[in-house]
Amino acid sequence: MLKKALYCSLIFLTVVFGKAEAALDIEIVGGAAQQIPIAVVPFAQTVSQNDSLAAIISADLRRSGLFRALETRGVVNQPHELAEVKFSDWAALQAQALVIGKVEQQVNNRLKVSFRLLDVLKQSPLAGLEYDIAPSQLRMTAHKIADVIYEKMTGEKGVFATRITYIVKQGNRFQLQVADADGGNGQTVLSSTEPIISPSWSPDGTKLAYVSFEKKKPVVYVQSLVTGQRQVLANFKGNNSAPCWSPDGSRLAIVLTYAANSQIYLINADGTGLHQLSHSSAIDTEPEWSPDGKWVYFTSDRGGSPQIYRMSTLGGDAQRVTFEGSYNVSPHLSPDGKLLTFIRREAGRFRVAQQELSTGQVQLLSDSAQDESPSFAPNGRMILYATNINGRGVLSIVSADGRTRQRLSEAGGDVREPAWGPWMN
Amino acid sequence: MNKNLMMSVLLVSVLAACSSKPVKEEPAAPVVDKSSSSQAAAPAAAPKEAAPTAAPTTTSTVAVNPLTDPNNILSKRNVFFDFDKDEVKAEYRPLVEAHAKYLVANPNAKLAVQGNADDRGSREYNLALGQRRAAAVKKVMNVYGASDKQIETVSYGEEKPRCTEQAESCWSQNRRADIVYAGE
Repeated sequence: MLKKALYCSLIFLTVVFGKAEAALDIEIVGGAAQQIPIAVVPFAQTVSQNDSLAAIISADLRRSGLFRALETRGVVNQPHELAEVKFSDWAALQAQALVIGKVEQQVNNRLKVSFRLLDVLKQSPLAGLEYDIAPSQLRMTAHKIADVIYEKMTGEKGVFATRITYIVKQGNRFQLQVADADGGNGQTVLSSTEPIISPSWSPDGTKLAYVSFEKKKPVVYVQSLVTGQRQVLANFKGNNSAPCWSPDGSRLAIVLTYAANSQIYLINADGTGLHQLSHSSAIDTEPEWSPDGKWVYFTSDRGGSPQIYRMSTLGGDAQRVTFEGSYNVSPHLSPDGKLLTFIRREAGRFRVAQQELSTGQVQLLSDSAQDESPSFAPNGRMILYATNINGRGVLSIVSADGRTRQRLSEAGGDVREPAWGPWMN
Repeated sequence: MNKNLMMSVLLVSVLAACSSKPVKEEPAAPVVDKSSSSQAAAPAAAPKEAAPTAAPTTTSTVAVNPLTDPNNILSKRNVFFDFDKDEVKAEYRPLVEAHAKYLVANPNAKLAVQGNADDRGSREYNLALGQRRAAAVKKVMNVYGASDKQIETVSYGEEKPRCTEQAESCWSQNRRADIVYAGE
């Protein structure tokens, strides 16, 4: 009894929005063949800032694998205004595009950030914007600028101003964190001495559903990222796990062992309207809603080994989706619903795979051995996943074409269970 | 204004806002975690009656708790499994049978079967696998007459590893179901 009491008293659980200690680092392990050479000149700053906007913008662009950020230190003329630009300097350095800008202090303790994207060859402006921000929004503004540049130069929407979530295990503590897509500015959303797994973003990016073991068994919670308040979504007899939001945010697919074995259920976001979707005597888990809302993809071992299946959200028979290999798990769909990413075990290695749903063609994207939890960026160009390096969990990102890989690693922690958040308005 | 100071002020005010409505946690802890020390546990609420048939006879007047007596099979609490399997292997049947018989002899006794998995592959799949391992042990106990009401199953998936090295010698220890009696 004493032991039990002692154990209970050790359980300390907090809901906080603290600034995490360490930032995630970037490491690029590959690169695309064609990269746009771009020079980002350090912004003129009338106030001292810890974060260099130019450095954040350059790193964002570099991480996409589509840009080569040129070294600008040592260039004598460092322009901040259009009139100061000597295009011949940048043409000599073979920059295709140039970014200049400045940060100015406003009277009301706000900052004015302005930038221009210039075409070096045509010597003409491509884009330019001004932002009126609070000082705490500086990093996110740098990401937004990187998004504008990315979209202007590639014709595709960028994801630098989105966020990711993941779990950090540090000693005996588990922390649910939310960070910028580059791993910076990590904030702890929930801290617990019991495991937390399977965080899932609401489609509007304002809430997370996740599984916490704080009640000594897996229970599904939904927590607001705006207010920090949380509520139990599912605490039925047995295990409650694997939450995934419907695309319209009105429902979630969850997994319960309520009847016996792990089966998929649908439940309204307010906790009402529970009903069983899958009916098998096997393990059915890891539900993933298709972007059109019509299908739930899931992992099942009904055929003898874990494979990915899908079934209509209205019920009915399941269709098998993966065929090669003896272990295919953790399905996640691209935002256009055309690609499936998952984890495949092959020759004892667990790697990130991608399947084109129309053809069934599979490509292995990662080169590591203990990969888990792949999820697509909102533009479908990159996949975030967890891997293990020297016994420590780290996050990696691979481009959907498999050409660029990078690592986000937090010093001192074991990072796992990542999920890429949606675009925010 | 200094940005760090600004951040600190913001942070303090946010924390202050949070602290006014702390999350109230239910003290629910039906099962005590024994993943690291299940064998060494000393059950404070152990039954006082004489040991059942499986316990060795003793001439001493001091009651020996069969559940913790290292000479009694009931002190053995771990059932190990093969990769991605939930079969209770023949070598563990006597152990599971002994616990089932104990439950039959002690209708007030209750236990939890905690299923676990090694850390390779999907956490959610492993959670389901741990559940199925726990359920498999329970089914065998049912065969030997133990009542459903006396057995709770729970899964910790790969979240409570006994061993954390990346080697089969370690993984095999984590593919496990633990038997833990209420009150232990």
